[in-house]
Amino acid sequence: MIPGTGILADRVSSDATIFDQLATFFAFDHLTLVYGAIGAVLLGTSCGLLGCFVVLRRMSLLGDSIGHSVLPGICVAFLITHTKNTLAIFAGAVVAGVMVTGFISSVTRYSRIKPDTAIGLALSGFFGVGIVLLTRIQRMSFGDQSGLDKYMFGDAAAISLGDLRLMAAITVVVVIAVLLLFRQLMVTTFDETFAASIGTPVRLLQLILMTMLALAIVAALQAVGVVLVSAMLITPAATAYLLTNRLGRMLFLSALIGSASGFIGLLLSFVLNRIPTGPCMVLTASAFFTLAFLFSPTHGVVQRTLRRTRRKRRVQRENLLKAVFGLLDERPVDTPLSISSVAASGGETQGYVRAVARSLARFGLARVDGDKLALTPDGTARAAQIVRNHRLWELYLTQEASIAPDHVHRDAEEIEHILGEELVRRLEDMLDHPAQDPHGSKIPRPGGSVLLQEGA
Amino acid sequence: MPAVREAGKDACGTGGRKGSHRREKRSTKIMIAEPRHDKPALEIHDLTVSYHKKPVLWGIDLAVEEGQLVGVIGPNGAGKSTLIKSIMGLLPLSSGWVKAYGEPIEKQRGLVGYVPQRETVDWEFPVTAFDVVLMGRYGHVGWLRRPSADDKRIARECMDKVGVGSLAGRQISNLSGGQQQRVFLARALAMESRIYLMDEPFAGVDAATESAIIALLKELRSEGKTCLVVHHDLQTAAEYFDSMILLNMHLVAHGPTSDVFTPELLQRTYGGRLTILADAAEAVAVARRGRKL
Repeated sequence: MIPGTGILADRVSSDATIFDQLATFFAFDHLTLVYGAIGAVLLGTSCGLLGCFVVLRRMSLLGDSIGHSVLPGICVAFLITHTKNTLAIFAGAVVAGVMVTGFISSVTRYSRIKPDTAIGLALSGFFGVGIVLLTRIQRMSFGDQSGLDKYMFGDAAAISLGDLRLMAAITVVVVIAVLLLFRQLMVTTFDETFAASIGTPVRLLQLILMTMLALAIVAALQAVGVVLVSAMLITPAATAYLLTNRLGRMLFLSALIGSASGFIGLLLSFVLNRIPTGPCMVLTASAFFTLAFLFSPTHGVVQRTLRRTRRKRRVQRENLLKAVFGLLDERPVDTPLSISSVAASGGETQGYVRAVARSLARFGLARVDGDKLALTPDGTARAAQIVRNHRLWELYLTQEASIAPDHVHRDAEEIEHILGEELVRRLEDMLDHPAQDPHGSKIPRPGGSVLLQEGA
Repeated sequence: MPAVREAGKDACGTGGRKGSHRREKRSTKIMIAEPRHDKPALEIHDLTVSYHKKPVLWGIDLAVEEGQLVGVIGPNGAGKSTLIKSIMGLLPLSSGWVKAYGEPIEKQRGLVGYVPQRETVDWEFPVTAFDVVLMGRYGHVGWLRRPSADDKRIARECMDKVGVGSLAGRQISNLSGGQQQRVFLARALAMESRIYLMDEPFAGVDAATESAIIALLKELRSEGKTCLVVHHDLQTAAEYFDSMILLNMHLVAHGPTSDVFTPELLQRTYGGRLTILADAAEAVAVARRGRKL
């Protein structure tokens, strides 16, 4: 049995090119397509909004178990009514959802089983019962046209006008509830004990949230299927979480990403013949997540790596400045030094020193001419700052923190690149503008106007 | 005792007449009965609390006068946090009652401001420091209303007061431990309560934050507020608090610091003699849960 294969494209046209199908899709003159598209946007919105609270409350697995566990509920509803009546199916699913939530909380409460295991038990147990019932139904005389298999992986084409009305009603309720209860939901999710202490009815809010969650899951079932429905809760919300630091924006983005995933998923399912809608929507959402994971301006892996690399390069440049400054000793600050001698004195390879020197030149901190390297006035000033920071910090650690002078160098090596103007001024004031560091070296006094914030 | 202040008067000490008048009009939402100053700020009678059927506090009797800075002292597992939570009416009581200014605590929520332990929340939560402090005003804002300009002004003033005003727009994970603790304090201040319950506010904070908290506690006391502070550092306890509650599942002692901060009483609080109490509690829990010993 390959469930969910009677898909959208079959019903509209078979045997057409991708461009024909795209044209057909955007013409929107097939009612099933219109219903499917509206349904996809609706379910993306409600799941996206509620998903934020699921993710922030760490209930992701609970959402998954509710999704899987509604299958037996749907089957029982069908066995009783012998039709795919929207309301009956809906009622069956909700009852199963309530049962699984009750099962999880009572197993946790009345035995030593922890919640994650209870969720695992409930998910597989209920789903197993669902599969058994589904297989039985399909072997029955009236069962083969039931279309219940669509509930496994979802088929947006199976969305009837009745289904659509129900989805719309649920989405409207969810949107209004989240808007009205925004602050209460925020404070309870963030700090439940505090919320209770100011009189917020946390139990009631939790109940409202769980009820809406069950409703949203059931509403999304038709299009996404029981196996993957939890992804529509978790993935858009997790994506939005990586993109913003404000709950309001996270909710908005999550709803937007959810709707976009729903719509694009429907389009994909239509264009790529014979792929059920659920996986297409979930794949789209996962693609959004991957993009955010890699490229989010604040939390993205690429940005963070880039920032780290830039910081490392700056430290390398500043260390070279410092080395040259030290080698110059009493000579004029613009005396050119050979790259080989700088490399030899620092125990670095010539290739490395040359590369860093070129980078210094790009920032206008040094001039490179063949094998010769000379500091510019800006470079000299920055080098003096670094040396000053280093020596000030050593002095601070030995004088104020009573650390032995031979223990302070490594710490100063790091802090010299980080100290800002303000901290330096405070250090100088506290240490009474010292002239020498604990090792007896002179502390340079770079001029006031030379603080360069290059590549910070 | 310091002069008694009007209810609803600005905790940050800067509320103008107009501001407090407007808040009074809206305050139908908060549950505050007019404080009765002839009654103790806090009165606890025969308080017994169980967690998962295991008794953690047995028969506590306490009365705390207004304007006191009270340290709650005791070993791990003594029920200090439980005492704080049950005073706020957040836990089901096996017996006893808690009153604030002579009224049951459930009717007095607006009078009690709570500072939870810092580790109890997820600091990666997508809110700014200002958002968190503004939560202190939620008890004053009706369910379907938005915080007013007044609420926001009070939140900002309370942030300035504890020295985190410049961090208002920061996401809370980008704050140091001490700054996070100050944000929690600012949130409690924004509630404009008369009684403050603080759970380990000094845990894991820097020296600057510690002295800022102490200065704040003294100021609150001078305004006639009552503070119960869970504290585990015996070194500083005697210096910080006017009076102390020595707790180890039952009330060992309560009184002025000079009277109760004695080697004998501390020995009784921390010493081994009370382990029988803990063992007995364990036996009760086992029996109530229906397990085999």
